[in-house]
Amino acid sequence: MLIRPVLRWLDDRVGGAPFFSKALNRVFPDHWSFMLGEIVLYCFIVLVATGTYLGFFFEPSGREVVYDGSFAPLQGVEMSAAYRSALDLSFDVRAGLVMRQIHHWAALVFVATMVVHLARVFLTGGYRKPRDLNWVVGVTLLVLAIVNGFLGYSLLDDLLSGTGVRVANAILLAVPFLGPDLAFGLFGGEFPTEDLVPRFYILHVLVVPAIIVGLLSVHLALVWRQKHTQFAGEGRTETNLVGERLWPAYAMKAGSLFFLTVAMLAALGGLAQINPIWAYGPFRSGLATTAVTSASQPDWYMGWLDGALRLMPAWELRTEWFTLPNPFFGGVLVPSLFFGLLYAYPFLEARWTHDRHRHNLLQRPRDNPGRTGIGAAVASFYLVLFLAGSNDVLAGVFEVAPESITALFRVLVIVLPAAAFALTRRLCRELQASGLRPIAEPGGPRPQPEPEPEDPRGGVRR
Amino acid sequence: MERSAAVALTISTLAALGLAAVYIAGGQPQAEGVLLALCLGGIGVALGLWGKDIGGSHREPGAEPAVVTAERPELPSDAGPRADVAASLDRGGRALGRHDRRRFLGRFFATAAGALGLAALFPLRSLGPAPGGALRHTAWREGSRATVDGRPVRAADLAVGSVLTVFPGDDTSEDSATVLIRVDPDRLDLPAGREGWAPDGLVAYSKICTHVGCPVGLYQETTNELLCPCHQSTFDVLRGARPVSGPATRSLPQLPITIDDEGFVVAQSDYEEPIGAGFWNRERRP
Repeated sequence: MLIRPVLRWLDDRVGGAPFFSKALNRVFPDHWSFMLGEIVLYCFIVLVATGTYLGFFFEPSGREVVYDGSFAPLQGVEMSAAYRSALDLSFDVRAGLVMRQIHHWAALVFVATMVVHLARVFLTGGYRKPRDLNWVVGVTLLVLAIVNGFLGYSLLDDLLSGTGVRVANAILLAVPFLGPDLAFGLFGGEFPTEDLVPRFYILHVLVVPAIIVGLLSVHLALVWRQKHTQFAGEGRTETNLVGERLWPAYAMKAGSLFFLTVAMLAALGGLAQINPIWAYGPFRSGLATTAVTSASQPDWYMGWLDGALRLMPAWELRTEWFTLPNPFFGGVLVPSLFFGLLYAYPFLEARWTHDRHRHNLLQRPRDNPGRTGIGAAVASFYLVLFLAGSNDVLAGVFEVAPESITALFRVLVIVLPAAAFALTRRLCRELQASGLRPIAEPGGPRPQPEPEPEDPRGGVRR
Repeated sequence: MERSAAVALTISTLAALGLAAVYIAGGQPQAEGVLLALCLGGIGVALGLWGKDIGGSHREPGAEPAVVTAERPELPSDAGPRADVAASLDRGGRALGRHDRRRFLGRFFATAAGALGLAALFPLRSLGPAPGGALRHTAWREGSRATVDGRPVRAADLAVGSVLTVFPGDDTSEDSATVLIRVDPDRLDLPAGREGWAPDGLVAYSKICTHVGCPVGLYQETTNELLCPCHQSTFDVLRGARPVSGPATRSLPQLPITIDDEGFVVAQSDYEEPIGAGFWNRERRP
């Protein structure tokens, strides 16, 4: 075997054998929902790989050129160099289109699995001390993923993404005091500018990904240091870990999941067309206003913000010296409140419940009806905003006026979360009382939650 | 298990060869995606099957079961090491001098760091010009001819119900985009103070929606309403383009126009108020 000499060679220079043997024997608790975070990581790897490939062909420039590539309908059309290079890499670079589509799909799945991962951590109380710290890192990663998705989508400089950036411009303008300076600082002047593409490019391929890599490393290092949580069950306590070892069981499982995730993204990228920019045409400053667009939809993770803009009644605060424009409420206030509360939740909960203990055993959603109710309320709130983001499409499907749909959603966005909260909380309580258990749950009857053991060191807890 | 895994890996191998063949033959997106998925999926399935087998029926004698229990060490350090950290910091602090001297110099350091931070903020200004009046003005001036594709528009060319997107001369910057609509002059009911802005029922409004700045692209002649496709704000063309439904709160600004001696549509001035989406000091007179 070659492995032993190599290990000896390495250990002579680096040391660290005790760490590696401990790492190989490390135990990972097993539950399907613990794999969600891994899928996020694998999507990120795919994003970096395909993004790098695309970077070899993409020209991040807003200068005007005339198209003469192989897509006949756009021959002779004026467009930005960025849009042209996106067309070229779709039609004239071999394997370019499949790479671009895999990249786009990976971005959608990246954010989607992040949200599901977050929901799992939320509903099982996985964010409680000591993992409240990592929750903050995770929420930041979600914000960055959404921002970078939006930047990447806008880079192609097609008509549809141009509309998205236009909305982003208005939301920036709506920020009190700083708005116009923020917008002019981001775009290099009054929107739309030629600087937009190169600026978004450096943010999309360097600045934001670098921060993501840094925080992802912190996120994983903290998981490694604090070790996984586990669900309660026979033989599982706050002070042990029941599961499979890193080598080989966990490594095989994780490796398998990696390949299956990438396989799924490749299949989507090959078979499911996404963002056919050639059908939208180029975004050309000014002249883009002459093109009629309707049913313009952003990527799914921006849909709730668009919905919030659409649902906001036509109010705005206007005084002689200060204006709070209408998009402020849907575009600035709603996301700020949402993410602010998301960041603060672990600390708010600890304060409400006076819970200062460390937790390694997860709760099932029914174990904490109030929290699960909040989760359901937030999910339904999000769902209504998301659907409201396509009120025009829904109006077309159901053949009613968009205003009626909007009026309905305005009611639902208040009523549905309240109902979801009450209903879910009640359901959780009844499930608790019934003693019904999921069929496949390992471990059989659950022991009564143990009282938190006294900290032997006293005084150093917190 | 062995047989299924071997089949999966064989499919993977064949798909990889197929992928190379497709690429050499000129590429085909669907085939590339499917073959790549088969390559990766085959390996994934094989790894999964093998991993699932651990601790199962084929367990070698003496091998441990798949599921094991390990200790979870307490996270916090003992009181001793914690105290050591504090003591080490103190030791360094003492080495830096007496308490009052440290505090004295410390303040200077804090001031210097603050000043550096402040100075480092200034280059942010280079990222974009100060907005100044840019949000309050467009390229329209007194006498600017309304053009389509650079050609001036003759008032006589617009019948009742016609709608055009026009720009001032050769300037096609977005904030100048304007919709020119001919309506029945008798039905026109503009706000006071706009007399003479709409010769013969020819009205010109900013095309940039006052909600978030999308082009107000759809004109419904039957209702005389302009509709923004982004968030469904509608504006009543006959009544100064005031918002009728949707999230927009402000009327589309109206461009005062007239018709010059040669019959072309020209502006009387720039818009009198900022066009497009709002901003915090919009109502302040500069």
